Amino acid sequence: MSEEKGKFPDGSGQFSPGMLSGHVFVESSSGDDYLREASVIKNRGGRLVSLWGDAGENGFLYSVFADAEGLRILRTLVRQIPRPSFPSIAFLFPLASRLERTVRDLAGWEPEGLSDFRPWIDHGLWSGPPLAGKALPPKGLPSKEIRGEDYPYVVVRGEGVHEIPVGPVHAGIIEPGHFRFQVVGEKVLRMEERLGYTHKGIRTLIRGRSMQEAFPLISRVSGDSAVAYQWAWAQAVEMATQTVPPDRALWIRSVLLERERIANHLGDLGALGNDAGFGFGLVQFGRLKEDWIRRNQDVFGHRYLMDTLVPGGVSKDLGDAEIRAMLDDVRALKPELLSLKTIYDEHGGLQDRFSETGFLDPMLAGQWGLGGVVGRSSGQMLDLRHDHPVPPYDRERVPVSISRRGDVGARVRVRFQEIRHSLAFIESVLPALPEGPANVPLERCESFREGIGWVEGFRGEILVWARLGPGHTVADAHFHDPSWFLWPTLEMVVPGNLVADFPLINKSFNASYSGHDL
Amino acid sequence: MYKILLKILRTRLLTEPLPEPSSDPPRPLLPVTGTLAIRHVDAGSCNACELELHALNGSYYSPEQLGVRFVASPRHADLLLVTGPVSCHMEQALIDTYDAMPFPKAVIAIGDCARNGGCFRGSYAVREGVASVLPVLSVVPGCPPSPAAILSSLEAIVLPATPSVRQIR
Repeated sequence: MSEEKGKFPDGSGQFSPGMLSGHVFVESSSGDDYLREASVIKNRGGRLVSLWGDAGENGFLYSVFADAEGLRILRTLVRQIPRPSFPSIAFLFPLASRLERTVRDLAGWEPEGLSDFRPWIDHGLWSGPPLAGKALPPKGLPSKEIRGEDYPYVVVRGEGVHEIPVGPVHAGIIEPGHFRFQVVGEKVLRMEERLGYTHKGIRTLIRGRSMQEAFPLISRVSGDSAVAYQWAWAQAVEMATQTVPPDRALWIRSVLLERERIANHLGDLGALGNDAGFGFGLVQFGRLKEDWIRRNQDVFGHRYLMDTLVPGGVSKDLGDAEIRAMLDDVRALKPELLSLKTIYDEHGGLQDRFSETGFLDPMLAGQWGLGGVVGRSSGQMLDLRHDHPVPPYDRERVPVSISRRGDVGARVRVRFQEIRHSLAFIESVLPALPEGPANVPLERCESFREGIGWVEGFRGEILVWARLGPGHTVADAHFHDPSWFLWPTLEMVVPGNLVADFPLINKSFNASYSGHDL
Repeated sequence: MYKILLKILRTRLLTEPLPEPSSDPPRPLLPVTGTLAIRHVDAGSCNACELELHALNGSYYSPEQLGVRFVASPRHADLLLVTGPVSCHMEQALIDTYDAMPFPKAVIAIGDCARNGGCFRGSYAVREGVASVLPVLSVVPGCPPSPAAILSSLEAIVLPATPSVRQIR
């Protein structure tokens, strides 16, 4: 095993100075090395960030961990004999389980020692692992057997226990996924998810594309996190090409990211009120969000800020009038937010539904290393903007919004707080934008280079890995959504609650389907 | 309670005038007037179209003024509104939803993905838009299409063709 700061020992993966610091790249040649390294990380209190297979010529398993210093990026050669395999780390990091099942589905490598043998993203339609060979769309509709309707959910038996299947088509305007409830009376004994319905094969689509052709896909990994993915992608590409984005671009990026966070939190707060029977909240937050995203359209040309943040900078510079308009928005939103928060706080019926519902034990959140709104609502002091700040977050500090109560109410409160902090952040960043260009051309790339991007989106940490080839072609890329960890957590949180509270709890997590299924 | 009432009073009526009905699909589209029940299915979208559908249901657009509402069951629906390129994993569920709807019924495709697969076209995991799976009445392009564009397309379905009747409403 060998490790080096800033790059793998063979020289790949160099990053541009000032982008992300403190990362360590570790190459392990054998599965035993990998396991040893993973347990050292576990013992030091590190947490899992992502895990994926790189089915290139050699076959590498990438696993990324984080500690107080930064990322620890492990690359392990996949063992080929007697069959392609890698050791499972799910016994150390339980959240690795679904990621490893996905590597098995997509690359065809066996996670040795993983007790869950069921497929995850694969619904039985593919002729082989899509990353391994030339994958083609299935012809016609599959038979019932192949459709995965026999997927072995864990069934609870006993007197009065029954099962409620829900989805993939839900009773509302929402993404598709399947939930299987084991219920006694009104109480949920167990809830199990089946996802992968929105799998679009983005990983395979992006391979071999030019930088321009790949670009539209980035904003559409998960449409609600367009900015976070674009920024993480830009970081990865800039690391790979050793391009240093101008200061002004970074500051505008941060405004974009906080505008996206505010828009989504406003939407979630309204929907949370609505799911507790308080339609007033949906209407009020809905109009505030609409005003907010209309400004996005005026200033940046897209309501959800897609295709606005390019590697090397941002696609649009800001003028004085636009800055003033956005500052006016901030001033207008503040009192609205305050009055709605008072109404939410003082509403007994609403607080009764929020309080103690969907409790996530801070102990579990800590063991699993959960960040994002959900982790912070269960006492976890994790926020990339605070812990590993890139400019301008190193100068304009964003406080970590935190609550220890761990229920739906805590997740509501943390969202209110985060909007407030983001508004204050925008208010101090916008008038102080550094002068200079808003983007620079990417440095040339003549060989294969890798990069990593890591951004705090509105749900939590988004990680993007990219390998670029000569002429900036995208050789491969991986997108990791925080929902990979939110979904398994939701399964832990729901049992013991009423079936009727599930929509509320689910909304308070607001995990992405598209970002997870890819 | 008075704070809620005060907030409602101060917020005023926000609903904007209806956009012109889309002239793209020829009429008559569906034998319905003045009411339309819609079942939405996400067939693999990135969630941006869903955000716009939520925005559509907000105060500014208020499709209920046209009698347009989203329903939970396909059994109650006149119209199937589909977003996403139709991922292969959602194909069966989409067809099942359509089959569960009573006649008369129609399908509209919302967004560039639903139109032809959009930026996901060519993947092993998606079909080439809704029309490759179901008969499609009309398409609203855009990535995502704005709530006004969606509303204008629904208006064309739900309003009688003659302008005089429209004014009476």
